[in-house]
Amino acid sequence: MGVVRYRAAAPDTMRLEPLDTMTAIYHRASGRTHLVASPVPEILTALEQGDATVQQLLDRLAAQYDLADGEAGALTARLAELEEAGLVERA
Amino acid sequence: MSGALLAATLRDPAQATGYDAPTWNALIAAARAEQLIGTLAHRLDGQGISEAAQRILTDARASTDQGRILALWEAEACRRALVTLNVPVVLLKGTAYVAADMSAGQGRMIGDLDILVPRDRIETVEHALIEAGWEWVKPDPYDDAYYRQWMHELPPLIHRERDRMIDVHHTILPLTAQITPDADAMIRDSVTLANGLRVLNPQDMICHAVAHLLADGDLAGGMRNLWDIHCMLSGFGTQGLEERARLHGLHRHVRRAARLANALYGTAIPQDWRTRDSVDALFKKRLLARDGWGQVRPKWVEHGFFIRSHWLRMPPAMLARHLWTKWRKGHRPN
Amino acid sequence: MRHVFAVRIGPVGFRVGSDWRAPVAALEHLYRDYPKPDDDIPDFSVRLFAARFWRRFVRPSVMIGGDYYLPDAAPLPLRLGLLAAEMGMNLQMALAQRRYLLLHASAVERDGRALVMTGMSGAGKSTLAALLMTRGWRLMGDEFALVDPATGLVHGFPRLISLKNQAIGVMEAACPDGRFGPLQPDTPKGDIRHLVPHARAIQAMRDPAKPALILFPGFGHAADERPVLPGEAFVRLTQASTNFVAMGETGFDVLTSLVKNTPARAIDYPDTETALAMVERLWSEIV
Repeated sequence: MGVVRYRAAAPDTMRLEPLDTMTAIYHRASGRTHLVASPVPEILTALEQGDATVQQLLDRLAAQYDLADGEAGALTARLAELEEAGLVERA
Repeated sequence: MSGALLAATLRDPAQATGYDAPTWNALIAAARAEQLIGTLAHRLDGQGISEAAQRILTDARASTDQGRILALWEAEACRRALVTLNVPVVLLKGTAYVAADMSAGQGRMIGDLDILVPRDRIETVEHALIEAGWEWVKPDPYDDAYYRQWMHELPPLIHRERDRMIDVHHTILPLTAQITPDADAMIRDSVTLANGLRVLNPQDMICHAVAHLLADGDLAGGMRNLWDIHCMLSGFGTQGLEERARLHGLHRHVRRAARLANALYGTAIPQDWRTRDSVDALFKKRLLARDGWGQVRPKWVEHGFFIRSHWLRMPPAMLARHLWTKWRKGHRPN
Repeated sequence: MRHVFAVRIGPVGFRVGSDWRAPVAALEHLYRDYPKPDDDIPDFSVRLFAARFWRRFVRPSVMIGGDYYLPDAAPLPLRLGLLAAEMGMNLQMALAQRRYLLLHASAVERDGRALVMTGMSGAGKSTLAALLMTRGWRLMGDEFALVDPATGLVHGFPRLISLKNQAIGVMEAACPDGRFGPLQPDTPKGDIRHLVPHARAIQAMRDPAKPALILFPGFGHAADERPVLPGEAFVRLTQASTNFVAMGETGFDVLTSLVKNTPARAIDYPDTETALAMVERLWSEIV
């Protein structure tokens, strides 16, 4: 099996409403609402540039934000949650 | 009886413009009880009707529109869970109707996700679903053994996050039923949709709806199932249907369902199918048995069919054992 | 059904059919000043019926049914028939209301603006709303507040106020000339007594109001107050809504705009007098 590539749900299927520190996301395809905190909105935005592996996604995020070491593990965990929610799938 | 009113209104929506308040109230109660309120809303779209009635129908449409989203998403979640297995996954019933964008899907309420998979792959499918977050609904050793030994599906699974049920079938009628449709042929001849999921071909879809209506259930919700059949007969026609139904041992049932659809909804059916059958009247009575409050009246009609449905599914000795086990557990039919 | 009663509460019409006269008689008495459903077509039907025919007469017990129902709901004795009817109407709202975002909340109005109070059961939202009614506010509802997706306005649902246990005595004292229903002791929720909302609440029940303040009251603690940010308000209100999920994107739109545009506070209070003073102070500061 090759390296897993992740794909975000199409932008027009998601409604993102920032509410103070949280962001409410309505996912039109599933009819479900998710309330998320940073860095989830940033991950979804970064994936808009195209499907990516964990490493590619880290590179995209690092270009815009200050990332600490060891973020790969946390990013993988967030991606797994997003995958379960249906906002991200394996390409 | 309001069942007849509902059938007549679905058949000829224009007549609703003249309904008075008691007629509307009976119609709405019957349509809700039969889970046909969304269908009714679609049929009455554009008719000039009372504002209070229109509001109720508008709400019903919004509700079934949202139900459609959830049903399609459940199918998509199932597709994602099973995609690597290379197993044909055939959507059944309501989900199939909306996935294939059929008229039977318009305004239809959809409950569980029903899928058909080959019997020899069912354990693989079961494991993959559990891996993806589905769980057994109620671990009850008797029910579980009963399902696995005698039914045409796995015990129902429910998704732990989304709280939606999936029924995984390997054939379309219980193994105890007297009729044994050819599930292999159904899967082999199914139609692949753009996303890789499948639906039954038109003739098999009708056969399945008929089996569900006449050979499986107690006719509860029968008006809705018969409406599905009406839509499919109207959309697909009857070309090749009888031959296909014969393969599944359902040709007599298909003819009866077509006669009933013709009687209730005015479905166009071949002239030589319009034979007289003395038992049709009893089915019709059960199908239309709703009073102005949506209740089944008279009661004996319902109970007669409850016994009948179990009779059809299980040979008598087995039925006795089943009822006895249920009885001991405190489950009594009303 | 043998006995039938129809009523409109706020924008929602109901009909209640019953195998027995008594529950319908009680409804007719207490709801006598309420209008009938628009066009005589109710939004929902409730049925109070005997599980078996002879149960109409022998130890009569009331099954609660209707357009929407819970299959395993336990029956109530006939002496609680009024409560059964109210539960049946609430059930239709909780299970099937789709026109408005339904918040399990009480609401009162002043100067065309609405105060919405929601929280855990026992937090006193119902009693607070009833007390505010006796102090010049218009009661919009003690149990449900309805938010209109088209306008963002709150619609009232001023059903009979359902007083439980200690709240009964509190309101009998605060509202000595109020019209009360019969005391219904030993219900599944303790003692219950209904109170008819003020005439003004009934007359103006079709008038919506702009949401101006959302309160999350908590009873039994030292007086305290803190702001609730939109994210937290959003979570709390999704939990207080029976139809947020079912309303899909419409529900999402109406709730996100409600929490973004309406200030929210959590208040703790040791007694109702303190709570009422806090409400008045917050109202004058914020609205």
